[in-house]
Amino acid sequence: MSKLIDIYLRIYRALRRPSVHFSLGFLTIGGFVAGIIFWGAFNTALELTNTETFCISCHEMEDNVFQELKTTIHYSNRSGVRATCPDCHVPHEWTNKIARKMAATKELYGKFFGTINTREKFEAKRLDLAKHEWARFKANNSLECRNCHEFDNMDFTRQSPRAAKFHSSSLASGDKTCIDCHKGIAHKLPNMKGIKGL
Amino acid sequence: MLKRIVFSLALVLPMVIIAANTASADPDKLATLRGSALNKEVKAPPIPKVYNDDKRQVRSYPEQPPTIPHAINNYQIDLNTNRCMFCHSRKAVQESQAPAISITHYMDRDGQFRAAVSPRRYFCNQCHVGQTKVKDLVPNDFVDIDRILQEKTKK
Repeated sequence: MSKLIDIYLRIYRALRRPSVHFSLGFLTIGGFVAGIIFWGAFNTALELTNTETFCISCHEMEDNVFQELKTTIHYSNRSGVRATCPDCHVPHEWTNKIARKMAATKELYGKFFGTINTREKFEAKRLDLAKHEWARFKANNSLECRNCHEFDNMDFTRQSPRAAKFHSSSLASGDKTCIDCHKGIAHKLPNMKGIKGL
Repeated sequence: MLKRIVFSLALVLPMVIIAANTASADPDKLATLRGSALNKEVKAPPIPKVYNDDKRQVRSYPEQPPTIPHAINNYQIDLNTNRCMFCHSRKAVQESQAPAISITHYMDRDGQFRAAVSPRRYFCNQCHVGQTKVKDLVPNDFVDIDRILQEKTKK
């Protein structure tokens, strides 16, 4: 213990003392450049883990959820605009993104211990996983949907009568949020027994 | 000798019959819905528009399962869930204002009414189907019962 304190104190003293060997210019400019390199690398790594290629590099994602996404309108449609995994599953805003990334370290644990590494295990856990996402969407008012589907720009006259009715009432009043009715829009639903679909 | 003739005939005759049949059957005149020869690959017809106006349609006869007046793309009906029931179940209709499934859907094969949808009625689109804007593929001479009765009374 005393050894640890000793090391700590030595580092502390070294940091407090002015530099003996390096010029002020080297330290400030060098520090600035090192900062840019660090920040750039950090962001590059962050963006790298925020791609679909990265997501489906694990067979758990590629074989289950990605195959399901492929059959939906969010993957293939008339205009060719599509949503990739992180568009819906990672918040776009920085603070929330970092928070989600930190929470995602649990997924590393899951990968390491193989909690969903077979189809059967995945099916058994599907409800739990889905519930997490539903709760997240409910809590942030379906923010990731709204990143593309902006309520203010919705033209109700171009929607089907049923859609227009619900969007102009429940959604407009804030009574409901996207995920309340649109569960299973991009993936297959788990066993919904006892869960309200609407 | 006779044996040999019979044997050779038996060998050749089927070939002749097959050849004759192939020649006589004009692939362009086959009575099918395909609309083209079997051995030709044709362009798939465009996917027709589905009626999506939420207007209930007339039933041609009282027992007819009502048609679905909206799109049902990617609706999941399987062991896990039944998307139709999100709106059409007994409990959901107050909120959704969709027509509730009728009591017959709760009936099992012994005529008993159950608490939940009977398994034999679970798969909605076995009976209920959406409608598309296309020309009839085959002619249909169905006549409404009302018209039959009307014409009978006229006579």
